[in-house]
Amino acid sequence: MAKKLMKGCEAIGEAAIRAGCRLFFGYPITPQNEIPEYLSQRMPQVGGTFVQAESEVAASNMIYGAAGAGERVFTSSSSPGISLMQEAVSYLAGAELPAVIVNIMRAGPGLGGILPSQADYLQATKGGGHGDFNAIVLAPWSVQEAADLVADAFDLADFYRNPVYVLGDGLVGQMMEPVEFRDERQPIRPLEPKTWASTGWKKDRPRAVINSLYLDADTLERHNVDLQAKFATIRRDEVRWQGYHLDGDYDVLIIAYGTVARVCLTAVEELREKGINAAILRPISLYPFPYQALREAAQKASAVLVVELSAGQMVQDVHLALQGSRPVHFLGRTGGNLVSPEEAAAKVADVLEGRSVEVRHA
Amino acid sequence: MQHDMIIAGFGGQGALLIGKMLAYAGMHQGKEVSWLPSYGPEMRGGTANCTVVISDRPVGSPVIKTPRALLALNLPSLDKFEDLVRPGGVILVNTSLVNREAHRTDLKIVKVAANDIANDLGNPRGANMVALGAFVGATGVVDLCEVEALVRETFARKPALVEANLTALFAGFAAVGGAMADDVAATPVGNS
Amino acid sequence: MPDRTQAVFGYPSALRDVTTHYCPGCTHGVIHRMVAEVLDELGVRSRTVGVAPVGCAVLAYDYFNADMQQASHGRAPAVATGIKRARPDLVVFTYQGDGDLASIGMSEILHCANRGEKVTVVFVNNAIYGMTGGQMAPTTMPGQVTTTSPLGRDVRLAGEPIRMAEMLCTLRTPAFVARGAVHRPLHAVRTKDLLRRAFTYQVEDRCFSMVEILSTCPTNWGLPPQEACDWVEQTMVPYFPLGIFKTPDGSDRAPRPVW
Repeated sequence: MAKKLMKGCEAIGEAAIRAGCRLFFGYPITPQNEIPEYLSQRMPQVGGTFVQAESEVAASNMIYGAAGAGERVFTSSSSPGISLMQEAVSYLAGAELPAVIVNIMRAGPGLGGILPSQADYLQATKGGGHGDFNAIVLAPWSVQEAADLVADAFDLADFYRNPVYVLGDGLVGQMMEPVEFRDERQPIRPLEPKTWASTGWKKDRPRAVINSLYLDADTLERHNVDLQAKFATIRRDEVRWQGYHLDGDYDVLIIAYGTVARVCLTAVEELREKGINAAILRPISLYPFPYQALREAAQKASAVLVVELSAGQMVQDVHLALQGSRPVHFLGRTGGNLVSPEEAAAKVADVLEGRSVEVRHA
Repeated sequence: MQHDMIIAGFGGQGALLIGKMLAYAGMHQGKEVSWLPSYGPEMRGGTANCTVVISDRPVGSPVIKTPRALLALNLPSLDKFEDLVRPGGVILVNTSLVNREAHRTDLKIVKVAANDIANDLGNPRGANMVALGAFVGATGVVDLCEVEALVRETFARKPALVEANLTALFAGFAAVGGAMADDVAATPVGNS
Repeated sequence: MPDRTQAVFGYPSALRDVTTHYCPGCTHGVIHRMVAEVLDELGVRSRTVGVAPVGCAVLAYDYFNADMQQASHGRAPAVATGIKRARPDLVVFTYQGDGDLASIGMSEILHCANRGEKVTVVFVNNAIYGMTGGQMAPTTMPGQVTTTSPLGRDVRLAGEPIRMAEMLCTLRTPAFVARGAVHRPLHAVRTKDLLRRAFTYQVEDRCFSMVEILSTCPTNWGLPPQEACDWVEQTMVPYFPLGIFKTPDGSDRAPRPVW
């Protein structure tokens, strides 16, 4: 299929349809309204269903019901709405239901603002809802990658029977870029029929009960042990990242994800023209986080710089990865202000010339 | 080679549309492109604007703080972005709605009275196409023929609009001398 | 001599043959059985998915012999919406108590009904939070003593009990909305008829349906089962009148201005 210029939000909606998703439940919130708007038009064209729910609380529980009935389903929202969905995300994880949740992050806390942000990193990667669980978190840096990751997210959700976030910042949702949808796409994991789904019991299989309640302590603990084993598999098999200039020499290793990584890449190209060697490691899966790759990449660097549109969230995982083996510096903007390539380049210079203060946690 | 530009004006002047058409034309020429609408603190101050990047290589930052070219459709846009344009770049000023001279001397200033030209053509709503034609003429960020094809495609069902818009587009292009100055407003992007 | 015995009463196939956790004298069991009988009689058990609530009926997924989903507190109508929209061929019902449906889940039930989702809601109203130990519910009667209204429900502070059936029938969207009870055999027979009608409307793809059923809670009311049944008759029925409030064929019952 030829390339088409699309807004990130629209590409996300189209990618979901092409991944075989025929059900969308959502509630309006800026800056992701183009997703429900697009699907309200597109779903009926492909025999799918679009429902504008009465709230994010309801939308997230609608995807629970539809996922439990064995169908591919997704919802999208932005930060405050995602907070309202945390209950359902915990239930999805507890009941082992596959669902995709797109979060086009905006600035917080509270009502915050509609401008781009990456301040939901901890909410997405460290649970957000109650209980011991993790959602897979994929962070696109372009419109094309947003479309690709949405497709992969459905496969991963089905394969692991677990909620998967596609975590985009407002830029990825709002900007237009060329995008190409592959016509013949194969699932990235072997997917089996959903015999566990509640689709009416004809006694040809065990009765399907979609549930996360285990009143007996030992039974519940066994359930949790099983879940943890699944998360361990995810941590082993689903790490995604990309490196830029990691093959050569570099003094500073930049860690950034989403569109911020693109800003940093521009900064790095300009720095390298001036003879300043910097490289980038871009986590694509935020859960599981590429701890090992980061540790290895940091060995060549004298310092590590984390750049985020937050007050410093992913930097906690960078500290976990490096365990103090390299000084960690941080550049973050909040409230919807963006990091510019010039700012990122200046920060690298500051790090190299001793003007930047190392960030420490505890 | 990378072209990056900010297109700015009042809401309704067509800044976002002009930006989209540049991005489309760039894409049709086989370039990598990104289009980012005013979505951030720069929205404040009465301007709607977008950032367009057209590049031979995958687009790095879609956020451009110091663009190589600026289309200022109104005065607030010139006030806001004039100082940010890179030395050696291009500023196209819509003199119909900007009543001061640009003060920058380290770059190329091009003027077009887009609204007046459109009015003279009897097509006041075509001012955005005049501005688009002039911007293409002043910067050479895309080929005029690609924009022409795009206009024909966009208004395929309304032939009258095709002609009116093309007339405006060409008038704008001619008004700035139609110099396909590919060396202006473009600088190489690194060699790594 | 040929065997002329004929089974005239048995266990519904839509009910699992297990001991429930419900308290002695509680009428949840009767309501479970009636729902199961209706699923059998309509022949839809094998394409039914039930949604269990949070509340005393949280374990309903262990009792109905059908595919089940367990919803978070109050969200059963949203979960049911998801199931039904995903698989319109399924018969989907929720089974919810008054705290679940009329308090935390008020938004979900109202919008589910207003969208006209083709699902059936079995709403068990016993005027109290049972599972959590007898706290005040939105349907707790004026003056009724609960663990969080130790001096009796003060309507000046807690408002009057919410009449869900009446509230839903103000919606313009076609629906079947009725209220029954099970504290007397005659009421139980009528209520089963309401349930049959409610599920039939869904099977025929006609409309949303809800049957509110007044139920007892001897444990938390502090009454022996027989007196609990009398309390339903004397205290609840006058405030929560029994009958059909709305059918998809009936005229709309939009409230009229008083002047």
